[in-house]
Amino acid sequence: MSETVKRDRPWLMRTYSGHSSAKASNELYRMNLSKGQTGLSVAFDLPTQTGYDSDHPLARGEVGKVGVPIDHIGDMEALFDQIPLDQMNTSMTINATAPWLLALYVAVAERQGVDPKQLQGTTQNDVLKEYLSRGTYIYPPGPSVRLTTDLISYTVENIPKWNPTNICSYHLQEAGATPTQELAYALSTAITILDAVRDSGQVTPQRFPAVVGRISFFVNAGIRFVEETCKLRAFNEMWDKLVQERYGVSDEKQRRFRYGVQVNSLGLTESQPENNVQRIVLEMLAVTLSKNARARAIQLPAWNEALGLPRPWDQQWALRMQQVLALETDLLEYGDLFDGSPVIAAKVQELIAGAEAEMTSVQEQGGMVQAIESGYVKRELVKSHTRRIRDIESGDLKIVGVNCYTQTAESPLTAGTDSGIMKVDVQAERDQIAALQAFRANRDQAQVDVSLAALRAAALGGDNIMPCSIACARAGVTTGEWSEVLREVFGEYRAPTGIDIAMAGQVGSAAMDEVRARVRRTSEELGRPLRLLIGKPGLDGHSNGAEQIAVKGRDAGFEIVYEGIRLTPAHIARAAQEEGVHLIGLSVLSGSHLELVEDIRAELATIGASELPLIIGGIIPEDDARQLLTHGVQAVFTPKDVDMNAIMNKLVDIIRRSNGLEALA
Amino acid sequence: MEQPALTADPARLATAVRRGERRALAEALNLLDDRRPASRRLAADFLRHLQEGQPGDPGHLIGMTGPPGAGKSTLTAALIAVWRRRGLRVGVLAVDPSSPISGGALLGDRLRMKTSADDDGVFIRSLACRGEFGGLSAEVWPMSLVMLAAFDVAMIETVGVGQREIDISRMCDTTCFVAQPGSGDSVQFLKAGILEVPHVLVVNKEDMGAVARRTLSELGTALGRAHTDGNWEVPVLSASATAGTGIDALADALTRHREVLGAGDRLRARRRRYQAHWILKRLQEEFGSHGVGQLGGEQAVLQQLASRDTSLFEQLESLRQTLLQPGGKHA
Repeated sequence: MSETVKRDRPWLMRTYSGHSSAKASNELYRMNLSKGQTGLSVAFDLPTQTGYDSDHPLARGEVGKVGVPIDHIGDMEALFDQIPLDQMNTSMTINATAPWLLALYVAVAERQGVDPKQLQGTTQNDVLKEYLSRGTYIYPPGPSVRLTTDLISYTVENIPKWNPTNICSYHLQEAGATPTQELAYALSTAITILDAVRDSGQVTPQRFPAVVGRISFFVNAGIRFVEETCKLRAFNEMWDKLVQERYGVSDEKQRRFRYGVQVNSLGLTESQPENNVQRIVLEMLAVTLSKNARARAIQLPAWNEALGLPRPWDQQWALRMQQVLALETDLLEYGDLFDGSPVIAAKVQELIAGAEAEMTSVQEQGGMVQAIESGYVKRELVKSHTRRIRDIESGDLKIVGVNCYTQTAESPLTAGTDSGIMKVDVQAERDQIAALQAFRANRDQAQVDVSLAALRAAALGGDNIMPCSIACARAGVTTGEWSEVLREVFGEYRAPTGIDIAMAGQVGSAAMDEVRARVRRTSEELGRPLRLLIGKPGLDGHSNGAEQIAVKGRDAGFEIVYEGIRLTPAHIARAAQEEGVHLIGLSVLSGSHLELVEDIRAELATIGASELPLIIGGIIPEDDARQLLTHGVQAVFTPKDVDMNAIMNKLVDIIRRSNGLEALA
Repeated sequence: MEQPALTADPARLATAVRRGERRALAEALNLLDDRRPASRRLAADFLRHLQEGQPGDPGHLIGMTGPPGAGKSTLTAALIAVWRRRGLRVGVLAVDPSSPISGGALLGDRLRMKTSADDDGVFIRSLACRGEFGGLSAEVWPMSLVMLAAFDVAMIETVGVGQREIDISRMCDTTCFVAQPGSGDSVQFLKAGILEVPHVLVVNKEDMGAVARRTLSELGTALGRAHTDGNWEVPVLSASATAGTGIDALADALTRHREVLGAGDRLRARRRRYQAHWILKRLQEEFGSHGVGQLGGEQAVLQQLASRDTSLFEQLESLRQTLLQPGGKHA
């Protein structure tokens, strides 16, 4: 390579990580940085994301599982120990509690002697998509939009290099969105948020273009990488037009569509998981090949995420993929490779036309908040997702190693004693709780009370939530206390499930007819229709799997009771009894399956319903599956189980067995 | 399991239901849902025990109906909260439509009625409107008797405003129609005569402002008059389930109607009359007017149902058996 060739600067390279405790995560971060990672991406555990302290009953089994637990300023300080915040670019996947986690970050910066004006990074801070996917919302849409706009208005003036919100189309794709829907709903969300900031009067009209300039996006890239490239070019064009026309932004820099990426995790397979490596690489190309639509920051999942928690080595492999592309190949030496291609231009225009039509539909309904509250958006997403699942089942959508070429030699990658995944230290939750209780005992309670009173006053009165949140952080308020005050003021929300989609377009097949016949026959033998309760216990909000089983179950002839996410074991047990169901199906993706199953069985025993059979689905390692099966769970389903008809048949078999009916041939 | 010890002993089951034991309630509802002949006999037995052990006519059976999306479930949830504050125990039967293709159903109303998991004073059972199975009817009426026996307030929530839903609410003590602001439906219902049934009308979502006020005024002009039931002026109210406004007034109106109905023989006779009409509808649905003709025609059936002192469920069962018998009247 000649010395004179000018190369573009590579994007920020991150790995979404965090687990067990602030201390363990800090060690991991420092190790990752030493390997050439150029930014941090913090994964918080579910109690932190949904505003509960580690010792709250709902947090049981969830502490340190899918991310790091942050209860108070002490944890945040430990998380960034020996990491100078003025030199770091930190992305935080945090939404309902985003103002709080940013407040803690600012308070830690102060302790490090860093001026908040120097801080760089991102708070995801997009609660609207949480109602549609992922599920870590707390408050109703109105107050959530207010918190989001408060954070944006605050940072534009006080932390000017911060990206206050990452409008996410990522999770929409995970919930089933087509590229058109991703474009339409993400941009509609951006409109809702920007309108709210403008109308809040917290930012002067002169400063408003600066707000627009700080809005960034978090995008998904799936395996159809040509179309995905076009999607990002479409985003570019649509955003540029939107901010000029709607908000009158003229400065080219402030009009740029800036985005970060995590490539698709939904499409990663549990079967032949090594194939995920090439999937991840191809998906990365979608967000890097076109210079004019290139990502600002990329984080790649690990090849084994469908199996369980990745180990440091797995994450290192993902980082090396980025480094090879950025440093070894010649990609960064060229201008845009696609400008002038009629094929690309046509596809981009097609996506834009579809997305604009859908955006108009959302606007006609009054905007994104109304379209979410009415259940419209969720229903559209569940429809798309159901279509995808049916195509996989029928083989129209090919997934190598899953519905074709399924024969495989034994993989040496998963042959080790750890089965190729990391195990979270079970002691971590107990340690975290002990440390939290010690922290509470040693703080100045009067100071805490004063700070919380000021927080309540701001929440009620409409003052920006950030200054008093930062004061709370300094005073030693905990995550649960901060969230609880706002719960009391704003209330809690339950989002539409979207599973009431129309039956039209339902595909009949011989296999489906057979399932229905079995369901009908068993219903007749038991005297009443088969009823199935689908429950999502714990704090994990990933509900796509539960929703698909609910829709499929209804199609198969079951009566389905489904109440959405975040239910306590007591609630699930009692609902199952009240509804007279024949079977309870649980869905758990956070890794807390062992604790939650134990709790639900205990609740069932308390109310005299131990005889109800239980099944569970989720990301469940084989060792745990074996353990669950010996502890009264009748069946364990994992992402490997893609044949929905087979799942339904198995449910019928279990109901027959537990009611003393002979097995059907 | 399908028939544990409690269900096998109808007398004990009835006692436990009257005490409001949750497991017994669940099992009783399962039993009434069960179409096997042996279970039907047990169910008849159970309902007889339930009635015998229960002097007087307690409770308040409320039917809540209205178009989809009017917010019936959230309004029900708000009412539950009010009644709980007033120390009343509440049982709800929530009816959802089922798929005409598979018979399957998604029962999502619980989601919007979310109550505290450890509140023993609330019990919700969802029901699918099982079209091809002979209608929701076969279950909802006997189930409402169970809810009445166990709770101070029993509620039936039905989707839609077809004739069937009106039938369901007609068998209740008090029928409440929830109107959706600005949908224009209300005027249609008015024309269809459907709005002559409800005893209380409420326009939900008053937080929508002008649209809600317009609907309120449309309904108000048409219904500010005495109910055909007599001695009752239909109130037309405005509320917002989400904003929590007007809920107390709605609860008061419902209670007032129940008070007007009184107690003792008069109430008992009214309930029996309503239920008899409803049983007749069910027979027509299952066996057609030909079947009812075999039993001597509508008037004969109604007379028979009104006169005898045995439980209505047993009479329904015996009439069904007459028609179902091989070589019986129903060819």
